Amino acid sequence: MSEYKRPTSEAAFHQNFEQIKPLMNDTEAYYESSRCLFCYDAPCIKACPTGIDIPLFIRQINTGNLKGSAKTIYESNHFGNVCGKVCPTEVLCEGACVYNEQNVKPIEIGRLQSHSTTKAIQDNTKLFTSLPENGKKIAVIGAGPAGIAAACELRLFGYEVDIFEAKAQPSGLALHGTAPYKITNAEVLEEMQYLEAQFGFNTHYNKKINSAAEARELEEKYDAIFLGIGLGGTRSARIEGEDFENCEGATEFIETLKLAPLKAAVGKRVVVIGGGNTAMDAASESSRMGASEVTLLYRRAKEEMPAYEFELDLAKGVGVRAVFNVQPLAVLGDGKVEGIRSIRTESKDGKLSNIAGTEFDIACDMVIKATGQEKQRNFLDTLNVAYDNSGRIEVDEHFRCGKTKYFAAGDAVNGGAEVVNACAEAKKAAQGIHQFLS
Amino acid sequence: MANLQANLAGIKSPNPFWLASAPPTNSGYQIMKAFDAGWGGAVWKTLGVPIINTSSRYGALHYRDSRMMGFNNIELITDRPLSHNLKEIEEVKKYFPDHAVIASLMVQSREEWHQIVKDVQNAGADGIELNFGCPHGMCERGMGSAVGQEPEVLKTITEWVMEVANVPVIVKLTPNISDITEPAIGAVQGGADAISLINTIQSVIGVDLDTFVPYPQVDGKSTNGGYCGPAVKPIALNMLKNCAQHPDVTIPISGIGGIESWRDAAEHLLLGASNVQVCTAVMHYGFGIVREMISGLENYMDEKGFETLDDMVGKSLQNVLKWENLNLKYKVVADIDTDKCIGCQLCYIACEDGAHQAIGLSGTEENRVPHIIEENCVGCNLCSLVCPVEECITMVRKDDGKQDVSWTDLAAKDMAPTEFEDEKAGGRHHWVPAPADALKK
Ligand SMILES: Cc1cc2nc3c(=O)[nH]c(=O)nc-3n(C[C@H](O)[C@H](O)[C@H](O)COP(=O)(O)OP(=O)(O)OC[C@H]3O[C@@H](n4cnc5c(N)ncnc54)[C@H](O)[C@@H]3O)c2cc1C
Ligand SMILES: Cc1cc2nc3c(=O)[nH]c(=O)nc-3n(C[C@H](O)[C@H](O)[C@H](O)COP(=O)(O)O)c2cc1C
Ligand code: SF4
Ligand code: SF4
Ligand code: SF4
Repeated sequence: MSEYKRPTSEAAFHQNFEQIKPLMNDTEAYYESSRCLFCYDAPCIKACPTGIDIPLFIRQINTGNLKGSAKTIYESNHFGNVCGKVCPTEVLCEGACVYNEQNVKPIEIGRLQSHSTTKAIQDNTKLFTSLPENGKKIAVIGAGPAGIAAACELRLFGYEVDIFEAKAQPSGLALHGTAPYKITNAEVLEEMQYLEAQFGFNTHYNKKINSAAEARELEEKYDAIFLGIGLGGTRSARIEGEDFENCEGATEFIETLKLAPLKAAVGKRVVVIGGGNTAMDAASESSRMGASEVTLLYRRAKEEMPAYEFELDLAKGVGVRAVFNVQPLAVLGDGKVEGIRSIRTESKDGKLSNIAGTEFDIACDMVIKATGQEKQRNFLDTLNVAYDNSGRIEVDEHFRCGKTKYFAAGDAVNGGAEVVNACAEAKKAAQGIHQFLS
Repeated sequence: MANLQANLAGIKSPNPFWLASAPPTNSGYQIMKAFDAGWGGAVWKTLGVPIINTSSRYGALHYRDSRMMGFNNIELITDRPLSHNLKEIEEVKKYFPDHAVIASLMVQSREEWHQIVKDVQNAGADGIELNFGCPHGMCERGMGSAVGQEPEVLKTITEWVMEVANVPVIVKLTPNISDITEPAIGAVQGGADAISLINTIQSVIGVDLDTFVPYPQVDGKSTNGGYCGPAVKPIALNMLKNCAQHPDVTIPISGIGGIESWRDAAEHLLLGASNVQVCTAVMHYGFGIVREMISGLENYMDEKGFETLDDMVGKSLQNVLKWENLNLKYKVVADIDTDKCIGCQLCYIACEDGAHQAIGLSGTEENRVPHIIEENCVGCNLCSLVCPVEECITMVRKDDGKQDVSWTDLAAKDMAPTEFEDEKAGGRHHWVPAPADALKK
């Protein structure tokens, strides 16, 4: 049974989606920063894809140099605030903290990072001033974490940057995807505004780049083009009935939930298909939206689940029931979801097979498919940019796409990872562009 | 952006952060690594006739979960041959011409002093520091603090050095003396260009309660050592202030003692140090901490509008008076922010048992927030210091600010108490509970 009532007001929504990593007050930040050992060659730094000098920024918090600490963070990671809140720190920096070896609670690096950067954003502290201008122009397609991080870095080198974004708002999946209990939309947008004001790149919204003609125009007008286009919509689950009303893709479901939380339709009994982090999020979110029964179906064993253990725990903590070794066969109903038919599976020598005669039905009024996101193959064909078998853009070590003037990073290249990976790669790609043009 | 360029008696460095003469400056390797990490200067581990060290050598004072808030050592000067050190000084200067390399020296005879001063000058040292401070081992042989404690001897040796010195000479003082300004003046009279302080403080860091041997232990025995680290900063600051304010100490000062963060450094600068030297913090965390120091100091200077170090060096000195000149009419009392209070009642018991019984409790289980009994509060600060909540207990000014009367003023008007039963005693009409009330609680 779910403990949540369906929220009918903004306030109730925020209550159901209470922040799991709330902001620290000064006292907590002081105590927590005092605990950091200032390790040499610190494992936490190595575990951060953007390599933030964590012991340094923590010590700067401890000595009251919040501005310096924010600078330390932003020098390595242009999404310092978002990352502090949405990074899976358990498997990154905090998971590597030496305190784990002592069975002592690791330093809350993510929350300290948010503490420092939130202050900088609120005070609009200028950390990067008097940027150079080198007269060259770069186009960035996609205003997600990758696109914005690349834009910031390119501005530091002095390029003029125009970002073209298909949607009406920036930040890509950081805004449209990340769970509301990790970060609020306002927080995501405030960091974007902060970066825009400081770095002075231009963002053009509702400007989807679609056609070959548009692409040629960009190629002519700009010295290089950065692709931060991420992934596409939810890919088909290839089961009968997946086009029924109330059978939705997870990314689409979550996007609605994020943009218009009170309008999002959530069933009473929800079945989520998938074993990735998006599946965990969609299940947690359904529960917090007031679904009374949420069941997660994953076709393999628990150990094989790609989602992080803590994400599953988070879902279980809000009443989600997880069922493993179950392969959905068909969505049941008459144009509208009434249930789902599945069959039990087993893995033998890494091969998954259905166990004959074990079909069973679960009654439900909503199915959410968290079966992965499509790649943007068509668009890449239009651009003449090569991709591998699974649709990931192929880049060299400088994140350049073959011998073209295109560079790419983020989900579109790594196939779907975290915000912090997109930022780390985009920074390197921007450096690659600079090397290419100078 | 603030300019951190420092200048101590003509010795220039890109920033005021120097490594103090100690293990972090044992070798050219370490100093090059330190300069690369951002340090502005380094005082070479004291050179002289190489010694033999004991094993073990260090002890530490931990405070709860904070390690090494105090540090103690029984190490002597360098144990490496002079020629090796000279060669490395030369090499470091080749790579880092704009960084300050100072040779710390300690020898005995006039001839030895002359020889070694010339040697390090030839090697390219930017300055010389005379180690008159080591408080263990070396002083038993008539060097180190044995010199630092005898202003006349200190002056004579400084004069010997000045006879051949052609780079600035810094005299490093020992704090193991009752009046630090005496050796400081000795240094001035001997012709030194600057002083540095403090060296380590004589100490026994602790005793092993099972073996009864104090730390550090050398084959079941121990000896007194030199104390340094965060715990000694207040002692260093006081001695720094005494020298900086003394009219006869006319030369610049390099501040040493307990510096671990930019804040500690800023305090030294504000109390008159032209630059700072660091040992223990580097022995604890490595050279990397200088990044925190540089970033923090720059940020502070920008915030305060200091463009150069000169704008801040000594700025606090005007605010340190003799006790007798403080305003006795100034009156503050404690004020508890009841919204912030977490009800630990540490303030209550501190005041009740350790001060002036000026804090009361509600007497109910529900309300754990104490209250100040204003008429009993003498404004000592104790409660505000023990309170674990930032800005929860503040000291609020109660006098009208119109009167400024010091002890000196009172004494001049014969208004200061002079007799045991004097009516003018400050606590004369202050409420004190009856002794037997103690047992009623
Ligand atoms: C449900 C969900 C939850 C997640 N939760 C987390 C989390 O908690 N923590 C975490 O670190 N990561 C999380 N992620 C992953 C993270 O959001 C992504 O890795 C990250 O946003 C990738 O950044 P990106 O810039 O590469 O792509 P995106 O964020 O997808 O941004 C791509 C942008 O490009 C735009 N675009 C695409 N094509 C075009 C075009 N042709 N013309 C113009 N614009 C275009 C898109 O509109 C979008 O704004 C989550 C992802 C999902 C789906
Ligand atoms: C292990 C050790 C060895 C030291 N050796 C010397 C030395 O050879 N010459 C010297 O002038 N001071 C020496 N010192 C004193 C330091 O230079 C410095 O004055 C003192 O440690 C105070 O600074 P701190 O609080 O930053 O450590 C030594 C200190 C330590 C801890
Ligand atoms: S590993 Fe932990 S203790 Fe060490 S520097 Fe990183 S956060 Fe601090
Ligand atoms: S610090 Fe280095 S030299 Fe000292 S005891 Fe440890 S290993 Fe040995
Ligand atoms: S010490 Fe501070 S927090 Fe504790 S009871 Fe007193 S006022 Fe309250």
